[in-house]
Amino acid sequence: MTAVPVPHRVVARRPETADTVTLHLEPVGAALPDFAPGQFAMVHSFGRGEIPVSVSSVQATGGLAHTIRSVGAVSDGLCAMRVGDVVGLRGPYGNTWELERAYGCDVLVVAGGIGLAPLRPLILSALAEPAAYRRVSVLVGARTPGDVIGRQEIDGWPTAFTGVTVDQPGADWRRDVGVVTQLLGRAPFEPDGTWAFVCGPEPMIRATARELAERGVPRDRIRVSLERNMRCATGHCGHCQLGPLLLCQVGPVANWAQAEPLLSVREL
Amino acid sequence: MTATAAPAVLDRDGLNALVAALVAQGRTVIGPTVRDGAVGLAELASADELPYGWGVELDAGRYRLVRREDGAAFAHSAGPQSWKSYLHPSRERLWSADRTSEAEIAYTAHEPEAPSYAFLGVRPCDLRAIAIQDRVLTGGRYADDGYGKRRRTALLIAAECTEPGATCFCVSTGGGPSADPGYDLALTEIVDEEGHRFLVRVGSDEGAELLERTPHRTADPVTQQTARAAVDAARDRMGRALPPVDLRSLMGASLDAERWDDVAARCLTCGNCTMVCPTCFCTTTEEITDLTGDHTERWQRWDSCFDLDFSYLHGGPVRSSARSRYRQWLTHKLSTWHDQFGTTGCVGCGRCVTWCPAGIDITEEVAALDAERAALGTETD
Repeated sequence: MTAVPVPHRVVARRPETADTVTLHLEPVGAALPDFAPGQFAMVHSFGRGEIPVSVSSVQATGGLAHTIRSVGAVSDGLCAMRVGDVVGLRGPYGNTWELERAYGCDVLVVAGGIGLAPLRPLILSALAEPAAYRRVSVLVGARTPGDVIGRQEIDGWPTAFTGVTVDQPGADWRRDVGVVTQLLGRAPFEPDGTWAFVCGPEPMIRATARELAERGVPRDRIRVSLERNMRCATGHCGHCQLGPLLLCQVGPVANWAQAEPLLSVREL
Repeated sequence: MTATAAPAVLDRDGLNALVAALVAQGRTVIGPTVRDGAVGLAELASADELPYGWGVELDAGRYRLVRREDGAAFAHSAGPQSWKSYLHPSRERLWSADRTSEAEIAYTAHEPEAPSYAFLGVRPCDLRAIAIQDRVLTGGRYADDGYGKRRRTALLIAAECTEPGATCFCVSTGGGPSADPGYDLALTEIVDEEGHRFLVRVGSDEGAELLERTPHRTADPVTQQTARAAVDAARDRMGRALPPVDLRSLMGASLDAERWDDVAARCLTCGNCTMVCPTCFCTTTEEITDLTGDHTERWQRWDSCFDLDFSYLHGGPVRSSARSRYRQWLTHKLSTWHDQFGTTGCVGCGRCVTWCPAGIDITEEVAALDAERAALGTETD
């Protein structure tokens, strides 16, 4: 059966930054299967189209939410949604972060900009089971203080270490300035007993994953969430190819051992 | 098991009766016919519309119809269309949505259109292409329902190849001019002093039933031997060949090859190769609203990896250079297709060579990549 979007109502809307909004969604009628952290939905804006968006909150940790940055016709339409409006969702699609494989290990989460959104349900899941994981660290980088999503929430997380850094600080910024990788030296982790989860712009992913590997984190324990054009999410449209990977099927989460050679080829 | 029914022979009247039987069953019979200066595919009302007496002259960037003295119907190589035009149509409505009130939206699935097709004259390369699209569109975790429904009900009558064209290279892709299993009936056309006739082999129960209802005679040994010999001879008359190397590893090792710049200087990125390719399956989606603004439809249409928008992410396309887009197409076709679908994406039909307006020949490009890799190997030794 061709998957048709399932109507969901916007029950809460939280502006995150000047161009980014989090929509909390509840099914109007029948619900979709539960999403897991790392997975995505195809989100339909009536009359505009569909885009793939990772979940920034899952049913298990406070209800389904998508954090959307306005960068085109569909995302503009979604960001303009108000409480009570209806969007269509197909999903869940794609693989998960597989946090459970990090059992007993240090968990290092590195986010760039809106890349924190797909990592948020993973962070909440890890922090909800303090006995299962050793030390959980969250490193966040953004262009400006105004581009850090969920700032109040970040500082409330009971992590072993939380760092926030920006490229262009304002006059009242008292935290770090510079690229997110410079926070790695302050996060407590035992490299060969660490799982790292990275999401952000592709150059940031490359720089972070390479530095983590240099610091001794095994490359197949560095998980990165990748983005490509997606039209169908069911493996049939061909748009989301990254070399051999059809990212809607075997991604969006990839391990660095597999992703590094692919992301090293220009325009692959 | 009737599928092992003995081979039969039909003459031209027999083929007419076969098509008439299919039409009487209510099937939409699609087959080759001369149209717009080429052998295209179209709905046939009778077997008389087959391209009797037409052949083709092919080369890179060149296609010409030529008259044949022998009056053969299936001696014309692959034409500009393939069966994907019917199984995986260029436009298809997926679903629609209606705003039923200020705050309610109703989504409606669309029952895919699935005429009961009978495909007449499916060449062995195209039979393989259909098997490949089966894997791509229905073999994974999710199935394309429209494709699956049309495919399940389609009857396939293959026409074995006895007249390969100058751009054909199926043998070097692991195929050949003889039909692989997957057909309901397979025809082999023979024109000689014994007359114009078609050897018919049965591949399914449905094919056997159809043959039962068609006037035919049991195949004599001479006709069977003549048919085999013609197909065997075709095997040795391929116009082109891919180099006999492991293409999957060659392409994987050639991502930084200089040859891509060379081909990019000739490639117009028009996407013709992807449109005529019988296995290229990529699609995009479009949102189409009506004037009320309360009704919207989601349509799927063919797309091409040569289009700049194909890889668009906010900020720009991932693959903006012609080099990267040609590399994506060829590498996917010959190498990463294996990773994704467990098979090659090329059947050697030659359409991409024939219909490239710049005459780019993939067998020549692959040979150049192979030579470049070999030269690099020599340097590093």
